[in-house]
Amino acid sequence: MMASLRRLRGLLRKEFLQIWRDPSSLAIAFLLPAVLLFLFGYGVSLDASNVPLALVTQRPSALAASFAGAFEQSSSFRMRRFLTIQEAERAMTDREAQGVVWLPSDFDRRAISGGNAPIGVFVNGVDTNTARIVEGYVQQVWAGWLAQQAAEAGRPAPLPIALQPRVRFNPTVNSRDFIVPGLIAMIMTLSGALLTALVIAREWERGTMEALMVTRVTIREILIAKLIPYFVLGMGGMAATVALGVFRFDVPLRGSLWALTVTSSLFMLAALGMGLLISTVARSQFVAAQIAIIATFLPAFILSGFVFDINSMPWPVQIITYAVAARYFVAILQSTFLAGDVWSVILPNAAALIAIAAIFLGAARALARKRLD
Amino acid sequence: MWRQVLALIVKELLAVLRDAKSRSVLISPPIVMLILFGYAATYDLDRVPIAIYNQDASEASRDLVAHFLGAPTFRLVATLHSSQEIDALIDSRTIKLALVIDPRFTRDLLTGRPAPVQTILDGRNSNTALLIEGYANAILSDFSTAWAAAHGAANPPATLDIRARYNPTLSSHWFFVPSIVALLTQIVTLMVVALSVARERESGTFDQLLVTPLRPIDILLGKGLPGVLIGAIEASAIIAATVWWFEVPLRGGLAPLYLGLLVFVVAVVGVGLMISSLAATQQQALLGVFLFMVPSVLLSGFASPIANMPDWVQDITLVNPMRYFLVIVRGVFLEGAGLSSLASQYWPMALIAAASLTAAGWLFRRRVT
Repeated sequence: MMASLRRLRGLLRKEFLQIWRDPSSLAIAFLLPAVLLFLFGYGVSLDASNVPLALVTQRPSALAASFAGAFEQSSSFRMRRFLTIQEAERAMTDREAQGVVWLPSDFDRRAISGGNAPIGVFVNGVDTNTARIVEGYVQQVWAGWLAQQAAEAGRPAPLPIALQPRVRFNPTVNSRDFIVPGLIAMIMTLSGALLTALVIAREWERGTMEALMVTRVTIREILIAKLIPYFVLGMGGMAATVALGVFRFDVPLRGSLWALTVTSSLFMLAALGMGLLISTVARSQFVAAQIAIIATFLPAFILSGFVFDINSMPWPVQIITYAVAARYFVAILQSTFLAGDVWSVILPNAAALIAIAAIFLGAARALARKRLD
Repeated sequence: MWRQVLALIVKELLAVLRDAKSRSVLISPPIVMLILFGYAATYDLDRVPIAIYNQDASEASRDLVAHFLGAPTFRLVATLHSSQEIDALIDSRTIKLALVIDPRFTRDLLTGRPAPVQTILDGRNSNTALLIEGYANAILSDFSTAWAAAHGAANPPATLDIRARYNPTLSSHWFFVPSIVALLTQIVTLMVVALSVARERESGTFDQLLVTPLRPIDILLGKGLPGVLIGAIEASAIIAATVWWFEVPLRGGLAPLYLGLLVFVVAVVGVGLMISSLAATQQQALLGVFLFMVPSVLLSGFASPIANMPDWVQDITLVNPMRYFLVIVRGVFLEGAGLSSLASQYWPMALIAAASLTAAGWLFRRRVT
């Protein structure tokens, strides 16, 4: 037992020295998270504002002017006026306008006589998410304009329903507040799975793993000695990300720090397990990196609910998401940051993380043998 | 001279294709990513779990509920009997939307006062929340107009006739799948090129290459052209899958698409060679690829529009070749854009290609001598 502990200490010393002396490991653990955080924090926003729209009023009138005014006051849009629909369409084809709002020449006449004068709205549908949001904003402006018209004329509200929307946890619907927490899962996947897989694959490639094997060290000691330094590294990256997110990007952290730490270490173990498993299977850095990106990073990005809603995916894909550790962690992260310690979310997801960590670490242990081939 | 370069190209291609592991890299990532982005990456909402708290047991409110349940977007998971239940259901992520119909709903409808309806949304994913709100708004305004018409209210002065150009059903597959052409071409080309020199340097064969009569420029060509070739073949396979498997319409011609592809791949090869000549080991090269890939994808308009970024970030995106190629791919596929309307995308990409190749050549020569 004492001998085992001494061996482990020796191995750990070697691992820490290796990390310290190899700038690229430190870069993956600390530089990459910072880069990612700044990129996502500043670069990725799903909040459309100042959307360029082309507005065509073919025949100027008081009614058309009040409608145009409603659009010009909205902070969602930046309007450009056109006199003909052809010019506006050209602006849209040249990607200078995201959409066209068209008041045809008979707008005034039809609005006053029978009502229901059609207003043409064409939205560039290539970017579907922006298109939907723009459609929603256009409808809001239109409804607001109708209500204002009715109020000025002393008529009852034209739309019989008063909608009172309330968005919990994120009343200003700021996309940064949900992207930054989810990003922590991404960053920990990188340092846990990708970095670990690369480092161990490198030992196989260089033959230093075989050198370790001829010593008395057991395979369990080798694995533990690999786990501990990268666990520390990954949690360090996590802490740095949380601090940057909260202090630099003003993302609220409504849950408790200890719940965040405990669940993060569970996820870190799962990620490390994946990294170990990949490296024992791959044994070359090139292949390990490929598998790590495809099997851990991309699913953590796409199948975790980080950006895309899992409920809306086709059911075969939904079943796959249950095997993605990041899915459970992203759920915990988004709740802990924005809602608080919601135990009905944290507990089942943490249980799933424990199960996944156990499976991956167990599989890595079972597959890692002292063998030379 | 060309015979020697050709020999190097053949050797490079063989090195990638002979090795089963690097061969699999050319095949499996494209397939996985096509499946992921083709099926999983979607902003379309479907079967969103909702709860309804209807405090006004009347025909009008039941009709409104029916409007919600008739839409495939929503799936009722709970009918509530008190407002206290709402928070717990949203907290535990059981529902994403609670629709609360006020007890005064029918009375207010009939007396012409705005009848209150409340929607409470889970804002933890604010984008999904915004989209759900949009769907709910559309249903409510459908109900409103139908109700107003049925009860003889005066027509509103104007109605909206909203249409989406180029993608009438606003299917996000049409948005994501063509973009994979750009994403995958970039990944595969970068990997092949960036790792090729690093691998030789690690195994010591790079020095052997240097003592051959090949000049630095020949080595550069021999390392770069296989990347162009592999990238172009890879891209063609994905274009075929986009058209025939995912059935995304290819409205424009192949000429503008392939011109863009060629310039793009050359630009990416330049970047790959730069990484390759800076890296001493494969791990460093991989790190370099990753450090270039992630920002270039995030700042390309791939998943979130460039227009939403702060101005100084938008300026940074100008040096990102993928930004231009994405406009070309989407333009050709969905808008049917031609060479002239895409001209403003080709020349910046060509400039980037020239700059990155020149830089790679300079770095390469410094390494060699």
